[in-house]
Amino acid sequence: MSMNKYETVVGLEVHVELHTNSKIFCGCSTSFGAPPNTHTCPVCLGHPGVLPVLNRQAVEYAMKAAMAINCEIADWCKFDRKNYFYPDSPKAYQISQYDQPIGRNGWIDIEVNGVAKRIGITRLHLEEDAGKLTHVEGGYASLVDFNRVGTPLLEIVSEPDIRSPEEAKAYLEKLKAIMQYCDVSDVKMEQGSLRCDANISLRPYGQKEFGTRAELKNMNSFRGVQRGLEYEQMRQADVLESGGAVVQETRRWDESQGKTFSMRGKEEAHDYRYFPDPDLVRVHIDEEWKARVRASIPELPDARQARYIQEYGLSSYDAGVLTASMKLADFFEDSLRYTSDAKASANWIMGELLAYLNANNLEFEDVKITGQGLGEMIQLIEKGTISTKIAKTVFKGMVETGKSPQQIVEEQGLVQISDEGAILAIVDAVIAANPQSVEDFRGGKDKAIGFLVGQIMKETKGKANPGLVNKLLMERLKG
Amino acid sequence: MSLFDLRLTDIHNKLAHKELSVSELTEASLKRIADTDGELGAFLTLDEEGARKTARSLDDRLAAGGERGILFGLPAGIKDNMVTEGLRTTCASRFLDNHIPIYDATVVKKLRSAQSVTVGKLNMDEFAMGGSNENSAYRAVRNPWSPAHVPGGSSGGSAAAVAAGQVYFALGSDTGGSIRQPAAYCGVVGLKPTYGLVSRFGLVAFASSLDQIGPITKNVEDAAYVLQAIAGHDELDSTSANVDIPDYTAALTGDVRGLRIGVPKEYLGEGIDPRVKERVSEALKVFESMGAVWEEISLPHTEYAVATYYLLASSEASSNLARFDGVRYGVRAENPDNLLDLYRRSRSQGFGSEVKRRIMLGTYALSSGYYDAYYLKAQKVRTLIKRDFDLAFEKYDLIIGPTAPTPAFRIGEQVGDPLTMYLNDIVTIPVSLAGVPAISVPCGFADGLPVGLQIIGKPFDETTVLRAAHAYESHTDHHLRRPALS
Repeated sequence: MSMNKYETVVGLEVHVELHTNSKIFCGCSTSFGAPPNTHTCPVCLGHPGVLPVLNRQAVEYAMKAAMAINCEIADWCKFDRKNYFYPDSPKAYQISQYDQPIGRNGWIDIEVNGVAKRIGITRLHLEEDAGKLTHVEGGYASLVDFNRVGTPLLEIVSEPDIRSPEEAKAYLEKLKAIMQYCDVSDVKMEQGSLRCDANISLRPYGQKEFGTRAELKNMNSFRGVQRGLEYEQMRQADVLESGGAVVQETRRWDESQGKTFSMRGKEEAHDYRYFPDPDLVRVHIDEEWKARVRASIPELPDARQARYIQEYGLSSYDAGVLTASMKLADFFEDSLRYTSDAKASANWIMGELLAYLNANNLEFEDVKITGQGLGEMIQLIEKGTISTKIAKTVFKGMVETGKSPQQIVEEQGLVQISDEGAILAIVDAVIAANPQSVEDFRGGKDKAIGFLVGQIMKETKGKANPGLVNKLLMERLKG
Repeated sequence: MSLFDLRLTDIHNKLAHKELSVSELTEASLKRIADTDGELGAFLTLDEEGARKTARSLDDRLAAGGERGILFGLPAGIKDNMVTEGLRTTCASRFLDNHIPIYDATVVKKLRSAQSVTVGKLNMDEFAMGGSNENSAYRAVRNPWSPAHVPGGSSGGSAAAVAAGQVYFALGSDTGGSIRQPAAYCGVVGLKPTYGLVSRFGLVAFASSLDQIGPITKNVEDAAYVLQAIAGHDELDSTSANVDIPDYTAALTGDVRGLRIGVPKEYLGEGIDPRVKERVSEALKVFESMGAVWEEISLPHTEYAVATYYLLASSEASSNLARFDGVRYGVRAENPDNLLDLYRRSRSQGFGSEVKRRIMLGTYALSSGYYDAYYLKAQKVRTLIKRDFDLAFEKYDLIIGPTAPTPAFRIGEQVGDPLTMYLNDIVTIPVSLAGVPAISVPCGFADGLPVGLQIIGKPFDETTVLRAAHAYESHTDHHLRRPALS
């Protein structure tokens, strides 16, 4: 296939909405989902005469995020106006940072198919979000909601270090995890608190210069980013293979059609006429402030993953999955306050929990199980109170109801039967009822034992201690 | 003698002794406006009902013996680029013909605490762009000293209203001379404070790095009172300075002995009317007689100031005025074909030609490929101009010169010649670029038209500026002369 001749080069531009209490330049709330235009004031509506006042918390969040992705933090930064007319922008300019961003020269480490790679971060800057436009069906009107306008936004620009759609996805996942760990954003792509545009170009392997790039917009999920890039690398390869030239342009990803479409060419690109915003003063970030913010950064995903491998002997993959979400990792660590068997806990999470979430299309935040519940359930297995098989029922109950394992075991009568006499009675009854199977076993058909065990479990509703059942059955059959 | 020729302290004494009421003061203002404003055109919006209501409540307060604010009961006019909640604010632009603000500017709130009585909103050049008031979308304001002449601008309505005795004082705004030059043309006192001393919150921005609100009054003492009421840090304005506010009236000692004054030769050179030079020379003799010393100095970058100003102010304006797009407030073109058509037609209809000229100029100066040659270079020259002042103020306490190169010119005389018009600001613009305070005080007449003396001070040293202006005023009587209005 033609694609194999070309190397893909991708750079990502990610926007992260900060979950500060108030907007970046006024006191309005930033909470999501309020009725349209209720979180507004003269300042964020851009009324004549208003002035912006910078939200200190937004600067601190930006510093925290920049530090967490290994950026150098500026001693001085300033805000600039990006001028463009659009109804979602009430001042007809966006306050952003042009040539003095808060952070520069950072990096994120990713891993794809077991191969580790470092992706450079060009810059991280702070800006204000725009409002939200809704185009009325039929095209006769557009509605604008200014609740979102002025929400503080990070723009994080990567170096063109990404070489495949998979790497792009891994980069996004890691970036999301880091932002979540820093507790600066909800990072929910479906709510728009994480957004991603991509620059993608192709070049023949071995060529140093970059090819002509296209900018992709409107990718609304991680999967959308990956699919959009996959489509676009194929499209560009086809263009190049057929002797054509890739056009520098902005293209829109259409999720339903699975294709990208040209939005505007290079010649239609805006001249934003950036200049320093005279309504704001330069921000001085001194060493003391930097140190204070740095101290507030928790253990980040990479460090936590390494610790899980070292302390708990988990595989790199398992440790990676557990630490990809801070809430999941916290849940895992909570469980270890109630059981010392870290591997068992990890296995339950990696197996039962993730399968349940996948099957029901849920996020971890949507289910009720607690770390204490998981830890105590593992204890019950260790003590022989429940079997591993029964534990699956208990686990599901915890996920769905949040009840403690003891309560579920009690309510549903799931305590394991470990009384030899009681089991022996059932074993004898099953042997008596299935002479053919007994015959088969004695005749050398080992498989028949499985049927007999199954019958015993059925009689005890699965509660018989499996070890005891095996032991007693063998004694009886061989004796 | 009009009520408004009384000193502020005399008015307050009369109020205290029940010889006068706030309602009487307010009625005097409204009557004077009714009698004279048909000819002058100083007001764009009158708030008779609001003014009378405020007056009654202040009279009640007076009767109840409540505490009185620094400007208690004084009728005031506010330039129409400071927003007033519920009271139309147009910036003298068609674009905002229907604009009723939903909040008050900080200075408007401060006047309310100082308990003055706002009688209405004053005419100006559209969006404060102009030096003659002929750029008002409503009507040109006439100079109270001669109806054939301009009152100056952009705060022409403010200066004319004070000169004509329509209000006790007015607020103006100054970006490149818009308080000082009309004060000079109308024979009143106009103070542009240090950039950052008075909050800009609620002042509709023309050029954010230059705009500054200040008082226009009949004498220096009143300017000190009004400044006292409006100065001070404002959390809503990031460029507002967090400095201690001195007692400005306490600074009016009359003593200027030993004060060192620099007189820039560039301010008395080519293009300055000989009659203006003469008035300035006479004023310097008055300062000498009071024990101050003066020397000729040089502010070498003065000749670049006008070009620098028009690049920077227009660049900022092109961005500041972009919000007037017809979407949320102000005029909106009917039945637009599409979004671009809505923008184009709303802005074409809403803005006057001078505003369009400056938006074009500023847009050009900020455009990719021109930014370095125009905007960035202008910023560097601004730094040099500011340094001229820093160096001069190492040796001198004040800088003195004329406020404008000529007395008021005739209405219509310069309308077709924007460059000549821009040069009227040649001695006020450098001061704005440097961000330092300056006052214009009447220093005599030229063929019946007032001439203004500009006294420039160090940053946040309004006290020295006011002290010198007040001392000069008490040795002269120019400020006591009133126009003979019909």
